[in-house]
Amino acid sequence: MSTKKEIWVYAEQENGHLAGTVFELLSEGRKLAEKSGFTLCAVLASANGKPMHQELFNYGAKKIYNVEDPKLETYQNDYFAKVIDTLIKAEEPEIILYGASTIGRSLAPTVAVMGWAGLTADCTELDFDTERNILLQTRPAFGGNIMATIICPDHRPQMATVRSNVFKKEKVGEVETGEVIDVTVDISGVRERMKRIESVVEEVNTVDLKAAEFIVSGGRGVGSPENFDKIEALANILGGAVGASRATVDAGWISHHHQVGQTGKTVCPLIYIACGISGAIQHLAGMQSADLIIAINKDSDAPIFDVADFGLVGCLHDIVPEFTRQIAALRA
Amino acid sequence: MNIVVCIKQVPDSDKVTIDRETNRLNRAGVPSIINPFDENALEMALRLKDLHGGKVTVLSMGPPQAEEALRTALSLGADEAILVSDRKFGGADTWATSYTLTLALKKIEEPIDLILFGKQAIDGDTAQVGPGVAHFYGVPMITYAKSCEVIDSGFKIQQVTDHGYNVWEVEKPAALTVVKEANELRMPSLKKKLAAKKAVIPTWGYEDLNPEDEKIGLSGSPTKVHKVFAPPVKLNKEILSGEPAEMVKELIYKLREKKVI
Ligand SMILES: Cc1cc2nc3c(=O)[nH]c(=O)nc-3n(C[C@H](O)[C@H](O)[C@H](O)COP(=O)(O)OP(=O)(O)OC[C@H]3O[C@@H](n4cnc5c(N)ncnc54)[C@H](O)[C@@H]3O)c2cc1C
Ligand SMILES: Nc1ncnc2c1ncn2[C@@H]1O[C@H](COP(=O)(O)O)[C@@H](O)[C@H]1O
Repeated sequence: MSTKKEIWVYAEQENGHLAGTVFELLSEGRKLAEKSGFTLCAVLASANGKPMHQELFNYGAKKIYNVEDPKLETYQNDYFAKVIDTLIKAEEPEIILYGASTIGRSLAPTVAVMGWAGLTADCTELDFDTERNILLQTRPAFGGNIMATIICPDHRPQMATVRSNVFKKEKVGEVETGEVIDVTVDISGVRERMKRIESVVEEVNTVDLKAAEFIVSGGRGVGSPENFDKIEALANILGGAVGASRATVDAGWISHHHQVGQTGKTVCPLIYIACGISGAIQHLAGMQSADLIIAINKDSDAPIFDVADFGLVGCLHDIVPEFTRQIAALRA
Repeated sequence: MNIVVCIKQVPDSDKVTIDRETNRLNRAGVPSIINPFDENALEMALRLKDLHGGKVTVLSMGPPQAEEALRTALSLGADEAILVSDRKFGGADTWATSYTLTLALKKIEEPIDLILFGKQAIDGDTAQVGPGVAHFYGVPMITYAKSCEVIDSGFKIQQVTDHGYNVWEVEKPAALTVVKEANELRMPSLKKKLAAKKAVIPTWGYEDLNPEDEKIGLSGSPTKVHKVFAPPVKLNKEILSGEPAEMVKELIYKLREKKVI
């Protein structure tokens, strides 16, 4: 395989705004680039790319493939897949990383079948095997019960999607400049089979959840919607956000925007405090990579304690308000 | 309207565990279910049929026992079922699965208006087969569909996004992957259950689909499982118990020691 020794990060954007995951991917991509000796590149398809370039360089892209077309203002699977597929066939990169967002999870699988590339979804760990020159892609499977490392030995590019908040973003600094390769891809021949007629941004809360350094999450043990006040009070004093298990969402105690887990959000805060959450594997799938996990549960056998750094065995209705009080006293 | 729903039989991931010594899955005694999101896709199809008439076909690729999943779908109201099964198809990753399912779709004689998938399968959670099939089959694809309404030009779809939702108009035929929020599932009727038991389900194998050999099964799969292991457990954890005020005091002390608060 005579591919270009490049690692591409798909620079997902909508209306000229880069998705947060792009910076996490670039940060992780830098490590892979170091290990493999490959060049880290960003691929940006948009209506007007220039204003986004500086940030991509600041996070470690050495080179930007810049494709511009008025039709690329917002996401449309047919156009974007055509652009990326064309670029891949022209440049033949070794590796491409995408965010596992709504967009990434439409684009990457389409591109994969267009070029017979391997694609591993939702990776939580990436590494490079320098001996065999392959990307090691580790991800949970069976709802998080097992971890599997997937490889793609004979097809190129090797592609992976990565959920947001799995990798930490680290800026290189204010980088002077880098290489920009303007590429024209003719998408005028792509027939418009679908049209986006409305796009609605609904919530503000989850934005907090994804960016929060502290998350206090409540589970069925919280007991009632009113009792979520206690969870919120602790979150507030820590300057953090409120999370929830699916059981509480299903019970209608809190909106689904707060749900953490396999079918909710993946979060990666400094501290995750699980209150009255048993620690079902599907919940763990969304919060296991937090730097520090504190579990509060009255059942000392609850599986949440298996992943906790600190466990407090007892009634959350006493412990959580106490926690809030002592932090308040500390801050006073 | 002709709708095909692709359903996968999966082990109930709630009950799968890993043997920490051998790093193998303990699958014995684990019940098989229809992938939960595929049930929502089926329900979406049945509701469209209730409104507009037509036919719902369920299609599954898997070992012979996947027939059970198809029978369950028939008991819920699907009209026909097709099983794609052959030893040669075994070991397929999402690429080879997409290719093989597409051949089956192409073999279906009546023109198809809509192809539905679950958002993702809970065994692999890849969410790749839907977009893969859509491309191979040559139809537009909308992922994460919450609702689907029939309009003159095709379908009007609400798509769940990371921050809200999009509304799309897409021409017919189209493919969608369906999320759980789309609907509440119906119960099987006794009459349909009995009929489903007796239904003849055709099995399409290698000879029927006439695939390109290098595109099926293990050899058609670009990705390989390199290793499987148990999720790491935390060592050095501290479990506290006793009086709430004391526990919290100790916790805060330790957190300050670590300089995290
Ligand atoms: C396909 C699939 C996807 C799923 N996705 C998700 C997901 O994304 N996120 C998610 O969270 N779940 C998900 N689930 C559900 C998951 O399996 C669990 O059912 C759910 O996480 C349980 O929520 P819980 O821990 O709040 O409730 P429970 O399991 O009922 O646990 C409640 C805990 O609270 C403790 N408790 C009770 N009272 C008190 C008290 N006064 N003080 C202290 N502790 C107390 C109990 O000891 C218990 O451990 C999914 C399931 C499936 C099948
Ligand atoms: N073997 C299969 N047979 C039928 N449908 C499948 C199969 N595998 C996947 N699908 C469909 O594709 C969707 C996504 O699967 P996956 O890409 O494996 O997460 C599922 O929800 C099913 O609708």
